[in-house]
Amino acid sequence: MEKLNIVDGRAYPFGMKNVDTDIVIPAHWLKTISRAGLGKGAFEVLRKEPGNVFDDPDYAGSPILIAGDNFGCGSSREHAAWALADLGIKVVIAPSFSDIFSGNAFKNGILTVVLPQEAIDRLMEVARTDPIHVDLEHQTVTTQFQDRFQFEIDPFRKRCLLGGLDEIGLTLGQADAIGAFEAKDAGTRPWLVPAVA
Amino acid sequence: MVKPRTLYEKIWDAHVVERRPDGTCLIYIDRHLVHEVTSPQAFEGLRIAGRKVRRPELTLAVPDHNLPTTARRDAAGRRIPIADPESAQQLAALERNAPEFGVRLIGDADPEQGIVHVVGPEQGFTLPGTTLVCGDSHTSSHGALGALAFGIGTSEVEHVLATQTLLLKQSKTMEVVVEGELGYGVTPKDVALAICGRIGTAGGTGYVMEYRGSVFRDMSIEGRLTVANMSIEAGARSGLFAPDEKTFAYLEGRPMAPRGAEWDAAVAYWKTLATDEGAVFDKSVVIDAADIVPSVTWGTSPEDVVPVTGVVPDPESFADASKRAAAQKSLDYMGLSAGQRMEDVAIEHVFIGSCTNSRIEDLRAAAGLLKGRRIASGIKHAMVVPGSGLVKRQAEAEGLDRIFTEAGFEWREPGCSACLGMNPDKVPAGERCASTSNRNFMGRQGPGSRTHLVSPVMAAAAAITGHLTDVRELMGEKRGEAVA
Repeated sequence: MEKLNIVDGRAYPFGMKNVDTDIVIPAHWLKTISRAGLGKGAFEVLRKEPGNVFDDPDYAGSPILIAGDNFGCGSSREHAAWALADLGIKVVIAPSFSDIFSGNAFKNGILTVVLPQEAIDRLMEVARTDPIHVDLEHQTVTTQFQDRFQFEIDPFRKRCLLGGLDEIGLTLGQADAIGAFEAKDAGTRPWLVPAVA
Repeated sequence: MVKPRTLYEKIWDAHVVERRPDGTCLIYIDRHLVHEVTSPQAFEGLRIAGRKVRRPELTLAVPDHNLPTTARRDAAGRRIPIADPESAQQLAALERNAPEFGVRLIGDADPEQGIVHVVGPEQGFTLPGTTLVCGDSHTSSHGALGALAFGIGTSEVEHVLATQTLLLKQSKTMEVVVEGELGYGVTPKDVALAICGRIGTAGGTGYVMEYRGSVFRDMSIEGRLTVANMSIEAGARSGLFAPDEKTFAYLEGRPMAPRGAEWDAAVAYWKTLATDEGAVFDKSVVIDAADIVPSVTWGTSPEDVVPVTGVVPDPESFADASKRAAAQKSLDYMGLSAGQRMEDVAIEHVFIGSCTNSRIEDLRAAAGLLKGRRIASGIKHAMVVPGSGLVKRQAEAEGLDRIFTEAGFEWREPGCSACLGMNPDKVPAGERCASTSNRNFMGRQGPGSRTHLVSPVMAAAAAITGHLTDVRELMGEKRGEAVA
């Protein structure tokens, strides 16, 4: 995973509420067996609408997406995170996220920042003309107009993003603890291994 | 004295491999279901890193999402090729990956094949008190049997394959209590829709739900699977039912369930899992069963629920500005206008199927209404897609397939079908479907498709009349009886 700390750049002033992962990436894009190339399908339905932010050349290649409440609800498809990553998005800022989406985003090096609606409204306004500055180390979102919003983040996620750490590799380092759990469990729940069908 | 715990807390505590100082826990995963869409990149990741599946016997692979629901083998038993090369490629990848990593595969033409969330319980792979994951958000279904079951992304699929664990933070707990008796024509699907309507699609975010109260205690396992399935539509990754005698009766003798002395030991353990007297939930939602009626969605979110006897709401009636804008956008997409009576909405397609409503009880209920009736002339396409090969065979043994086909429905092979637009079963742009599935998102059933979520009997009623219909009108002679 790529390391992430400072993200500085324009932001898509998207703002839509309850964006489900079918909107982020429609199902027919899910037939790939690779992680790459899904940016083309990102927000496909919305991109048919004239004046949408994703096709506005002003925002092309923006590393930040500003969204509304409950972003990423619905399906567990990680393709939503892959599509955003492929689009070049490194940070999504919203008042709230679905649990599954924020986990998927994090595992693909995308930072999800939760800020109150007032902050989102202000950032939407700034994003139309000016860049936004995200600092993971100090957990801040700032603008050149003296706006400064502090955000919370899970310390483990922060460490992984800053260090670009591979979570599977980290867990495999705990193989002894997992083995000990399994040994104990085989005694207390012997029925766990499925009967052979 | 030991602190009273909820069902969720008991399952969580029993699966902690390691607790970190920040509260994150490494949680052991007992059961992993894998399908063709969210697993190829996970197996590829293992291959690249030179890793193997830690416990292949705890994993079960079943293709379901993009399989066509037409015949899969010709008369000579040869595979009928899948026309879409990308779907064929995903299926081929699963058929290659499962044996390579030692995982059991229930293949596309095996009699047990079906939607993973139908197959897991049916095979007794899903067990109470287990942790169960799958790269699919409707994994919440398995909570019906008292499994802590939730959807995960592909990176997590890979993590579970490699380590049989996940790094998780404990969720908050929410009890959803429905007391009383369900009215005439009111089904578990209506209960699920009522919950979505009440708390909204983000209402359960960060929570694990537990369904409590007399309505859920009295509900069949099939009904509980429908309700638990839609926990995620109310934002909760997981929704639990305490295992009880119905659960044990359902599981006993299933092919992958424990047997003999192990069965007895398992049941004794499962009986200890129910939420303790005095345990505290972080949030409580109470709904009176008498307030739940046959329901239908009007918009593009499962929370957009109204009684079938109601009208399309006016976007201006919503309190906050973004909700008003969202409602207007939904109505534009759905081709509906404020104040329109739901029962006046004409339907062109009917879909009975999906992991929400494709089990034998669902098919029996719909067939019960359709017996001796025909679909309306305005219906372009009506289809029943059983949740699994076993459901299909059971239905055929009961003669349900003939009731459906005589009514004008197509009778298909099992799979996810028209619940999501990634196999040939799609609703054309601008056309309207009464669907027993779980999501009415924009484009969900195909680009431009318009979905109204309903129960199986309500779907059957819409098929008969050609428009959204209060099923109670068609059940006159059975007035007073609840529908299963």
